[in-house]
Amino acid sequence: MARIFAYILHRGGVTDDSAAELIAAAKAIDPTSSPTAILAGWGPDFDLACNSLTASFNDVWKVANQALAYPNAELVRQALVRILPPESIVLALHDHFGIDLAPGLSIKLSAQFVSDVLAIEGADGSSLKLIRQEFGGQVSAHVMCDISAGAVINIRPGAFKPQPRLVTSGKVIDKSAEVGALTARRRYLETVVAEAGDVDITKHSLLVSIGRGIQEKDNITLAEELAEVLGAAVSCSRPVVDAKWMEKSRQVGSSGKTVKPKVYLACGISGAFQHLAGIKGSPFLIAINKNPKAPIFQVADVGIVDDLLEFLPELTNKAREFRGVAAK
Amino acid sequence: MEIMVCARRVPDTSENEIELSAAGNDIERDELVYSVNEADNYAVEEALQIRGRIGGNVTVVTVDNEEGEEILRRQLAMGANQAVLLSDESFEGSDGKGIATILKAFVDKGHYDLILTGVQADDGAAQVGGMLAAMLDYPFASLVNSITVEDGKLKVSREIEGGNREINEIDLPCVLSIQTGINEPRYVGMRGIRQVASVTIPTLGASDLGVSQGSAGKSAAKVKRVDYFVPGLSKCAEILKGSREDNAQKILELVEAKGGLN
Repeated sequence: MARIFAYILHRGGVTDDSAAELIAAAKAIDPTSSPTAILAGWGPDFDLACNSLTASFNDVWKVANQALAYPNAELVRQALVRILPPESIVLALHDHFGIDLAPGLSIKLSAQFVSDVLAIEGADGSSLKLIRQEFGGQVSAHVMCDISAGAVINIRPGAFKPQPRLVTSGKVIDKSAEVGALTARRRYLETVVAEAGDVDITKHSLLVSIGRGIQEKDNITLAEELAEVLGAAVSCSRPVVDAKWMEKSRQVGSSGKTVKPKVYLACGISGAFQHLAGIKGSPFLIAINKNPKAPIFQVADVGIVDDLLEFLPELTNKAREFRGVAAK
Repeated sequence: MEIMVCARRVPDTSENEIELSAAGNDIERDELVYSVNEADNYAVEEALQIRGRIGGNVTVVTVDNEEGEEILRRQLAMGANQAVLLSDESFEGSDGKGIATILKAFVDKGHYDLILTGVQADDGAAQVGGMLAAMLDYPFASLVNSITVEDGKLKVSREIEGGNREINEIDLPCVLSIQTGINEPRYVGMRGIRQVASVTIPTLGASDLGVSQGSAGKSAAKVKRVDYFVPGLSKCAEILKGSREDNAQKILELVEAKGGLN
């Protein structure tokens, strides 16, 4: 079996929690493997991050370069191509950085690429069997990847149960000199922080959250009326923001806000993992969707299969009675 | 600016419930409604808007069988200058690398300053744009949610965590994968599609493109989907089976009991 590498993200001297998930993925490929961590960065914080990983990895490859002070995927890829041995298996997280890095890295390594992997069933010779999802999580698929020439595998955040720390006394190996000078045709300029918005959905104990099932902008008032009666805020999933029906500040998900309500009322939301990634603190999740096979029902506590546009007005009427508010 | 957009025809998940076929190893493909992949439609709109600002041409390509013509005609109706179908029996069963190989062969036959793809399609892989860029040795940025043209370069914003945006400068030629929501794609009615009904859509095959046997298609694919399945559920919602009124009442009781009204 080829050597397995895990590309580890870090910030401010602290490595990302996903490092333990990548170890778990490596063990799923080969239970006897001892994956090598690779980190790229620059500065004193970077050394801290590398050193901290010696508790969970035997080998930590460090690529220090001033050009890598900000993780520019093009530069990271150049660096990795220069140091990775042939036929390596490289694991990365399927997030905004992994999506930027991995497909091109696989080409430059003449290796294969498997994207957004949820589970790995194991290897039979050079054939690795993995599980992905398609159609927004409505169905899963078994995928076979020929790893004889190496592979880059992107792991879905949160899909692999973190392995307990191995408590080894690993070592940092400095690969910086082998990398040499790096030049980019894409240059990082700045990060623009999201605008706050009129309502802070992260502060509410009840969210009435709407998705594609709301169908039209005018129907949003159905959710707003319910939220008003219950003292809740209206949040939404990505398609509602894409359609410009609500502000980005109302979006729950990996590219939106992370919320921690006590109760989350998912109205016409299919349940894509990017959306679920924004719901933390295990709220009581109630899903209303007309499609009984919507993935949201796999994570909800209680579900109702009904037409949202008819159910919401009924719920609002009942809520007025419930709260002792006279109907208009 | 010469802009190429890669688009793909996919089952429309807003029109279909994707289900397993009776055999259990594929999805039920009878009566599936297909449309252009959502993110690709945003990519075409973005190309048209850039052309509107600085001039140029927009070429839309797809790798598909003859059914792919339908979405290309739709993109012509949106305003693309030309559309090309890359189609050959030997292309069938391509993995992501195979598709990128075919697209690269097409790029090599012309000259494009900017190549756009949608960020991901129905398989959620988000791979072809990044692979194509690496094959062409062009710079690449994924998850792009705004583009400005400045002094022969682009300033692009990428969507990163928490709704934040990462601003980059990128040299041309380059490949960008476009995130949904970057713009508001124009509406195309039946009338618009009828107006381009007679436009010829050229088809290029493996020999036209110089794609050799073994570099694309089923025989070249090293990443293969074996089957589709629906996993056994570790957890599933308790589905309320009462009347609409009873269900509403029950939900309100739950919302209160779980602390949602505090």
